[in-house]
Amino acid sequence: MPMNETKNILIVGVGGQGTILASRVLSTVLQKIGLDVKVSEIHGMSQRGGSVVTQVRYGQSVSSPIIPKGQADIILAFEKLEALRWLPTLKKEGIILINDQRIDPMPVIIGAAEYPEALDYIRSKVKNVLVINALAAAQEAGNAKAVNIVLLGLLARHMNIDHSLWLETIEETVPAKFLQVNLKAFEAGYNTAENIANI
Amino acid sequence: MKKLLTGNEAIARGAWEAGVKVCTAYPGTPSTEITENAASYSEMYAEWSPNEKVALEVGLGAAISGGRALVAMKHVGVNVAADPLFTLAYTGINAGLVLVSADDPGMHSSQNEQDNRNFGKAAKIPVLEPSDSQEAKEFTKIAFELSEAFDTPVMLRTTTRVAHSQSLVELEPRQEIPLKNYEKNIQKYVMMPGFARPRHVAVEARLEKLMEYAETCSLNRMELRQRQLGIIASGAVYQYVREVLPNASTLKLGMTYPLPRKLIEEFAGQVENLYVIEELDPFIEDQLKAWGIKVHGKDTFPLVGEILPEIIQEKLGSTYGQNKNEPENTESSDNFLHIPVRPPVMCPGCPHRGLFYILNKLKLTVTGDIGCYTLGAQAPHHAMDTTICMGASIGAAIGMEKARGKEFARKLVAVIGDSTFIHSGITGLIDAVYNKATTTVIILDNRTTAMTGHQNNPLNGRTIKGEATKEVNLPLLAKAVGVDRVVEVDPFNLTELETIIKQELAAEEPSVIICKRPCALLAKNPDKPCHVIPEMCIGCLRCMKLGCPCIIKVDKKVRINATQCVGCNLCASVCPNGAIGKEGNANE
Repeated sequence: MPMNETKNILIVGVGGQGTILASRVLSTVLQKIGLDVKVSEIHGMSQRGGSVVTQVRYGQSVSSPIIPKGQADIILAFEKLEALRWLPTLKKEGIILINDQRIDPMPVIIGAAEYPEALDYIRSKVKNVLVINALAAAQEAGNAKAVNIVLLGLLARHMNIDHSLWLETIEETVPAKFLQVNLKAFEAGYNTAENIANI
Repeated sequence: MKKLLTGNEAIARGAWEAGVKVCTAYPGTPSTEITENAASYSEMYAEWSPNEKVALEVGLGAAISGGRALVAMKHVGVNVAADPLFTLAYTGINAGLVLVSADDPGMHSSQNEQDNRNFGKAAKIPVLEPSDSQEAKEFTKIAFELSEAFDTPVMLRTTTRVAHSQSLVELEPRQEIPLKNYEKNIQKYVMMPGFARPRHVAVEARLEKLMEYAETCSLNRMELRQRQLGIIASGAVYQYVREVLPNASTLKLGMTYPLPRKLIEEFAGQVENLYVIEELDPFIEDQLKAWGIKVHGKDTFPLVGEILPEIIQEKLGSTYGQNKNEPENTESSDNFLHIPVRPPVMCPGCPHRGLFYILNKLKLTVTGDIGCYTLGAQAPHHAMDTTICMGASIGAAIGMEKARGKEFARKLVAVIGDSTFIHSGITGLIDAVYNKATTTVIILDNRTTAMTGHQNNPLNGRTIKGEATKEVNLPLLAKAVGVDRVVEVDPFNLTELETIIKQELAAEEPSVIICKRPCALLAKNPDKPCHVIPEMCIGCLRCMKLGCPCIIKVDKKVRINATQCVGCNLCASVCPNGAIGKEGNANE
């Protein structure tokens, strides 16, 4: 991984999906390999089902915690509509990893707006798109709530970082009683059959 | 050792390292985590105060008596604490006192975006602005030194991006600071006119000395690079400037009040084109212009919202930048598809939902307040007419009645949360009784300060450290101020709730309705999810008026998302055809 430049990962989802835990593991792993890391997270009302965005930047020296438009190397989207919303942040050759889950926002629920065909549009615009059913994988691992760790595994597969470092960091981050489920969930995401060339 | 910390965690750490004895706060985004983290250090006393004014008063007591104190609040909290603040600037502090003002440019979670550097200037106290977590910790420690060296409260001003961004911080040990001597000093600490007049003279003399300090202190730093462009910046904006315009010369101001005139003039003389880039008000720019320095600022950059890197790129990048940005990947997706917004919503099982359903149904005028329940203003409820500040609901309802008469008040309620009521609702209620209004006040008691992330408060019997304590008896409190009509109701019982609201609106005197049920996110064991019996659903969509995120319309009928539903049963109670139940296959 050439580290002269700053790399950018954007994690997007809906409040309550566990994006914050996933970004915590990611940023800890990056710190452990000796890089400068900055993370920007907007929360406040995010627990109430609004859009949540975490920006993770890393390199030898990082100034701003905010990813400029069109500069994300990877977008990890926990929900399809959020993937669409943040698509303009992706780099031309960037990778977008999407959980195939639909969560209707209130305007759609009350019939004031349509839920768009997000995946079709994204595929028509960018090359490196990977869509997985993280919920099914999490259920198979033993807990539907482990969706975030399945997606973290998928992200890890697309980053060139020692596999054991991820496992060690998950172990330090999640409560002991959920560890086995989370390790299984991580492997499920990591070993997703398809993948896009490493960056 | 370096650790990844948010700005807020770093401020708490800085206070701990600086030997702070007492930390106080009222929760408010983006400041809340400062005191939550402070409470995790056993060497420091920490408390949630009932409001920001009390928080600062407890802090000033600690400081005057000799112990260092950290007081934290969001920007609008400083409005509440302004009364003690301005006079504390006169008395001085003995041991160090640092007031953290966490501002929210862009209003991620606030009702306005006031620029609190103005408070520093108005109160004549120094203002420090860190630009990342390492500085958040360092500046906290410097602020305590400065506070004691100049005998003044110091404002540490952050913004949401500094408060909630994480970056690496070098950890250091705690410095044990012994209590300073406390000596009675009436002339210094009793601010009646005769004693206050000489203190104002002292404040002005102190400000002169602070200006001298600003010229040479380590907080302000001139970084000369290419001379074509010079930028003066502070806080998060400094980091954006370094990213977008790495070759520009910068004057980084860690202390934005008072400003270092000589240093700024020297910098201005070194560069060809001088800009101040600052979020919100032209606070630095105005001072430069008053000194006759030629500078660009708000002629180029917005007065409103955050100044993000992309704005700096847009305004100055093509002329002065490296233009390293690749072209954008796609045109904004919005140009092609209408992307629905995703506003926050009341959670599944939220105890507020039923109330706003009823308020909407009864078509009442609702003066609202600050909390999760402000979401009652949104679709599909639209059941809120005003939200101004903490506690304003009750006063606003009284004012409407006094202007428009009792008839209007029969269709008017004030809605306020438990913590907000303690913060500043009780004084409004006293006004209703004292001045003979007929106000109906609905207090939403969900046993926590929910919106800021579930902080304990005086109504739930737990301190910030989770210890048991006495809880305020809300019905008794309302009765004690003279409200004779006080009634408690479970907001999940819609029939009873509606009956009580109608009955209290009809009463010719003030009444308090306490809707009591814990926040859904605190309920440990959710009930079995509800489900719709498809052949019974007549597609009337009445349940959708609840605004529950679990209820989805499919082919003219409704379906319930069983993975989100917590079985609160409100939808079953509004269904006219008994089509919603809990038995059978919940996953259909």
